[in-house]
Amino acid sequence: MITSSPHSHSGASSSNMMLLVIWALLPATLVAGWLYGWLALLQITTAMAACLATEWALLRMMKRPIAPLFDGSAALTGLFLALVLPAAAPCWMVLVGAICAMSLGKQLYGGLGYNPFNPALSARVILLISFPLQMTTWLIPQPLSGGADLYHFTTAAALFFSGVGSIGLPFDAITMATPLGGVKTALHTGLTVPQALAQLHYSSLDSLLGREGGSLGESSALALLVGGLFMLYRRLITWQIPLAYLATVALLAAVSHQIDPLHYASASFHLLAGGLMLCAFFMATDPVTSPVAPRGQLLFGIGCGVLTWVIRNYGGYPEGAMFAVVLMNCVVPLLDRHLKPRVYGQ
Amino acid sequence: MKKREILANGLWHNNAVFAQLLGMCPLLGVTTSAANGFWMGAITLLVLLSSNTLVSLVRHQVPHQVRIPVYITIIATFVTIFGMAMDAWMHDTFLVLGLFIPLIVVNCSILGRAEAFASKNSLGASLIDALGMGLGFTFALVVLGGVREFLGKGELFGFNLLGADYPGFIMFVLPPGAFIALGFILAVVNSIKQRRALASRSIAGETMPQPVTA
Repeated sequence: MITSSPHSHSGASSSNMMLLVIWALLPATLVAGWLYGWLALLQITTAMAACLATEWALLRMMKRPIAPLFDGSAALTGLFLALVLPAAAPCWMVLVGAICAMSLGKQLYGGLGYNPFNPALSARVILLISFPLQMTTWLIPQPLSGGADLYHFTTAAALFFSGVGSIGLPFDAITMATPLGGVKTALHTGLTVPQALAQLHYSSLDSLLGREGGSLGESSALALLVGGLFMLYRRLITWQIPLAYLATVALLAAVSHQIDPLHYASASFHLLAGGLMLCAFFMATDPVTSPVAPRGQLLFGIGCGVLTWVIRNYGGYPEGAMFAVVLMNCVVPLLDRHLKPRVYGQ
Repeated sequence: MKKREILANGLWHNNAVFAQLLGMCPLLGVTTSAANGFWMGAITLLVLLSSNTLVSLVRHQVPHQVRIPVYITIIATFVTIFGMAMDAWMHDTFLVLGLFIPLIVVNCSILGRAEAFASKNSLGASLIDALGMGLGFTFALVVLGGVREFLGKGELFGFNLLGADYPGFIMFVLPPGAFIALGFILAVVNSIKQRRALASRSIAGETMPQPVTA
C-alpha cells in the first residue's frame, strides 16, 4: 500500500496483497455459498473467469505484455463483481459486467493503479442503470426457502443460464425484498418503519448473519466484519476510511431515528443492511481509488457515509453505498492534492 | 482547393465530429436513435447550406469588426425559419428534438464554417463546403445514434433486429452511454486514420514507423 513519505518497502507485492484480500473475502464467500449454494459457485467462477479472459483479450488487443494478468487484480475484481450482484443475475449479465469492469473500469485508464473508479463497483453501477429489473430481483436464500427445490444443481444451472423465468416457479414464490428495498417501498405506500420491519419479519440477528435478501456477498455483516478486521490486522487497509464511513452513517441514522422513529430506521438497521459493510471495508478502501493521506481518508469516509445515508433515505434507489463510493472516488484527486501530509523533516 | 477535396474534407478528414469534436451538444443530446440523429443532421445541413450561401454572398460588404454578430444573426434567422418549418410539417420530430433545434444557433461548427470558409471563398466553394460538412455531421449523428439505438434497444431506425428477448442495454440510451459510445467510435476512426497514414507512408517508400510497445 502507498502511504505518504518516508517510504520503505514492506516486502509486500501487489499480487500478495490481492491474495490476502481474497482470503479476507473468504467468510463472505462462504456465507454466499451457504445462502445460494450452486448459484454462488456458478456466479463466482463465471465472473472471475470472465474478468481474466477480458483482461487477457484487452492486453492482447493493445499489444501489451500479459504479465498484469497474473497479479491477481483481475481475479479479485471478478470475485468482487460476483459478490455485489444479486444471486438471480443471469449468466449474460455477469459477462457484460465483467467486460464493463475490465474495459470501462480499468484498462481504458491504463490498467491497475490508474483507474479512478473501483472497477467492480463501476460495473455494478452500469448494470443497475442498464438492467434495473434483473438487478433488483432478489432470490430467497436457501436457509429461508423452506427446502424449496430452487437450489438443486439443475435448477440453479437453468436459472443461471436461462434466467429466472425459465424454471417454471412463480416469481413471487422465489423472490423477496431486501430490508432496504422493503422499507423504502413500505414508506412510499404510507406505512411507518416499524410496520415495514414487522411486515418483512426483520430481525437484526438475521441481518447480522445474512439471512435476508441481497446481493451474493453483502448479506452477512458479520462475515464482512471478520474479513475487514483481518485486513486491518494485516495492515492491508487503514482504520480511517471504514471507521469514518460507518460512524457517519451510524450518527446520521441515530440522530434522525431519535427525531422521527416512524420514518427513519435505526442506526443498527442501517449498519447491518445492504452493501454498507462490503463497501466500507472492501470497496471504499481500494488503495488505487482512495486518498493517500490520513486526513483525506477521514474526509473520504465521511463523504461516503453522508452520501449513503442521503441516498438511502431520500434517493430513488433503496441502497446508496455503491453510488456513494463511486461518487467519492471522483473527489479523491482533489483530496490528495489539498490534504497532503506534512513532508518528513520539515 | 479542388471541389472534391473540399467535400472529402467535410465528410471525413476534417469531419465536424470525428476530427474537430464540434457540435457536441446536439451530438450527445439527441442521438438516442438513428432517426433522431438523421433529422438533427438534416436540419443542421439545411442551416449550414443557407448560412454559408448568404455569408459568402455578403463577404465583401461585412466590416471585419462586426462579422461575428452578422454571422450569428444570419444563422439565427435560418435556424428560426427551419425550426418553424419543422414545427409545421414534422411536428412529432420537432417535439422529440425540442430545445436542441434553437440551440443549432450556437453550434460552433456552423459559425466555424462561416468564419473559416464562407467568408473567404466563392459561393460555389462555400456551398460544397456546407454540403460536405453538413453531410459529415449527419453521418456522425446517424452512426452514434445507430450504435446507441442498437445496443440500447436492439433496434435500428425503429426496426427490431435482436428479437423481443433482447433486454436492452439501457445505459446506451441514457446520457453516459452517449459519451462512452462516442469515445469508442472516435477510437475506431482514429485507428482507421492511423492505419491509412502508415500505409500511404510505406507506399511513398519511407520506412514504416514501428508501433510503440510498452
